[in-house]
Amino acid sequence: MAFTHYILVCGGTGCESNKSDLIYKNLFHEAEAANIKDSVQIVKTGCFGFCERGPIVKILPDESFYVGVTPEDAKDIINEHIVKGRPVTRLLYKEAESKAFVRVEDIRFYQKQFRVVLRNCGVINPEDIQEYIGRDGYRALERALFELSPDQVINELKVAGLRGRGGAGFPTWLKWDLTKKAQSEQKYIICNADEGDPGAYMDRSVLEGDPHSVLEAMTIAGKAVGANQGYIYCRAEYPLAIFRLETAIRQANELGLLGDKILGSDFSFNIEVRLGAGAFVCGEETALIASIEGGRGMPHPRPPFPAQSGLWGKPTIINNVETLANVPVILTRGGDWFAKIGTDKSKGTKVFALTGKINNSGLVEVPMGTPLRDIIYNIGGGIPGGKKFKAIQTGGPSGGVITADYIDTPIDYEHLQALGSIMGSGGMIVMDEDDCMIDVAKFYLGFAVDESCGKCAPCRIGSRQLLGMLESISKGTAEPDVMQKLAQVGKAMQRASLCGLGQNSPNPVLSTLRYFEDEYRAHIEEHRCPAGKCKELVTYLILDDKCIGCSLCERRCPSGAISGEKRKPYLINQDLCIKCGECYSVCKFSAVSRDSKVAPKPQPVHA
Amino acid sequence: MAKLSLEELGKLRQNKQREMSGRETADKNVEIIVGMGTSGIASGAKQTLDAFLAELTEQHLTNVSVRQTGSMGLDHAEPTVEVKMPGMPDIIYGKVDAETAVKIVRKHVLGKTLVNDHIFDRPAADINK
Repeated sequence: MAFTHYILVCGGTGCESNKSDLIYKNLFHEAEAANIKDSVQIVKTGCFGFCERGPIVKILPDESFYVGVTPEDAKDIINEHIVKGRPVTRLLYKEAESKAFVRVEDIRFYQKQFRVVLRNCGVINPEDIQEYIGRDGYRALERALFELSPDQVINELKVAGLRGRGGAGFPTWLKWDLTKKAQSEQKYIICNADEGDPGAYMDRSVLEGDPHSVLEAMTIAGKAVGANQGYIYCRAEYPLAIFRLETAIRQANELGLLGDKILGSDFSFNIEVRLGAGAFVCGEETALIASIEGGRGMPHPRPPFPAQSGLWGKPTIINNVETLANVPVILTRGGDWFAKIGTDKSKGTKVFALTGKINNSGLVEVPMGTPLRDIIYNIGGGIPGGKKFKAIQTGGPSGGVITADYIDTPIDYEHLQALGSIMGSGGMIVMDEDDCMIDVAKFYLGFAVDESCGKCAPCRIGSRQLLGMLESISKGTAEPDVMQKLAQVGKAMQRASLCGLGQNSPNPVLSTLRYFEDEYRAHIEEHRCPAGKCKELVTYLILDDKCIGCSLCERRCPSGAISGEKRKPYLINQDLCIKCGECYSVCKFSAVSRDSKVAPKPQPVHA
Repeated sequence: MAKLSLEELGKLRQNKQREMSGRETADKNVEIIVGMGTSGIASGAKQTLDAFLAELTEQHLTNVSVRQTGSMGLDHAEPTVEVKMPGMPDIIYGKVDAETAVKIVRKHVLGKTLVNDHIFDRPAADINK
């Protein structure tokens, strides 16, 4: 039995707390009253990711998208829209308000995200080249081979304003132009698929979901600058991506879209995959090149830049996966089309990997300039458990934090830099009130210490010094002037390290010092950790005036540290307490404090 | 297939486009597309795929094709599955374990009724349309 209409009521936490359940029930009643309950199906869905405009109701098949729906609106939705066929215009989402950052004709009734890089991910079978071809695949290569000169190809990228998506944001057209102008019989194209940032997996998703977009882009680059060999450097920790790439390369070779005399032209191009062993430093272009050459992944000073002297000393383009995935669309739709998306200096879209304390974690692709608030509270669905947003860390181990005060910041290269962070590869880690900023900085410095190649003293020694200082802060044993020392060492590393790893690894420290000085002081001067993370600095105490003696904490305590009589305030034995925080989470009366400014006095043990 | 000339590529593209938009009248006019990126597989997408195949055999359905795709990016809702069939809107289901896969075949494919609580929204419009 088919239905004429489907009414989808968003059941995400935001909409639920705003009465979506009542809307759902009312729709049933109204459908019954109007005698149409057998021809319309009303369902509850998962979170639609448009939470600030909720409650959301979507009608299929006509795809009307209603926002800010109230239980009283159920009557109009049934009687006006379903019965009479007249959508309730006052409830329809009006996209003109929000989407100032896309001025192209592709906007339909509403857009939360704008998927250019991810256009084929989740749509095609990545192991079938014909599906890629069927969706305009290899049309851009046709243009580059038969319709445009190399200078015209590069000019299209210039008009588009595409900037490197690996983190540095260098203009892609310029990198290609410099490589084209370098004089050499042999040149190379490298795709940087190392993706070393913890928590970033957008490149992996493109490689697994749309590998041909990268192959096509590399071939176009080869034609534009005069290279006939490409390498994709992919970390071995991505076996599925590697398998899909190799399948795609094989299929492209079979159809003559790679290899000798492509499509009957006199241009030949070959691509091979090279595996990285997972070292973060090998995402840095000169270290990556050293790795392909069979050497240790260690950077060297630039200049010379790879465009002049790269792989085996030859002019080399090295571009990130996401940067390359944009190229075919720019050539099929035109640089003008691309330039209408984003802001003045940051054109196009960016894919973000949204993780951490967020309801809807996943990949988000939005036009540059989208406010951070949209990403966290709309698409992201907000913070789970109703906890308070504390900060968002962007740019991975090279990035910094952005606090609640700056939540309306438009996301682009310039704004993030002004706030002391960076775009980086697009990792976004959301933190709430239970996250400690010193702990976060410590995590990133631990990573930097592990990943430092060791070649230059500022990074090799500096990162270890920073980590040591952060550890002392989290244990309450830091010197009183440690914040100054952190800043000094950090700034020295920024100025004197040989490569981006050392230059940027102080960023998480310097950024958290800038925005969370109070939290540092609490650790250093008061020996307490407000977020309850740094175990040596947390004291769990039961507040006598709030505890009603229900004994729940005593029953949950894994180390038997709590004791008391029912209906009288309970007591935590500090000698036995392992600081797990279980009592704090289970207490229904907010009677457990972990942020006490009082140093623990010796407590008598109850028999 | 042999190496393509420029004209042959153009023809292949046209044919494929026609095929992809004319799926509704083909022999296998129902498509179940399972997201098989690393996040999907880590959440059990392979088991989901197997459950679909088993249930379709059990129900003797021969007009349903089960395909794989990359990740849609709805990582919080993996495994994700898209169901396309004539007479029904395209629906994206999330958190599809083996049990839900069976429900989708019985309620959605056979019963033309949506499965509650598992529907998610497409993240963005298709720039190719």
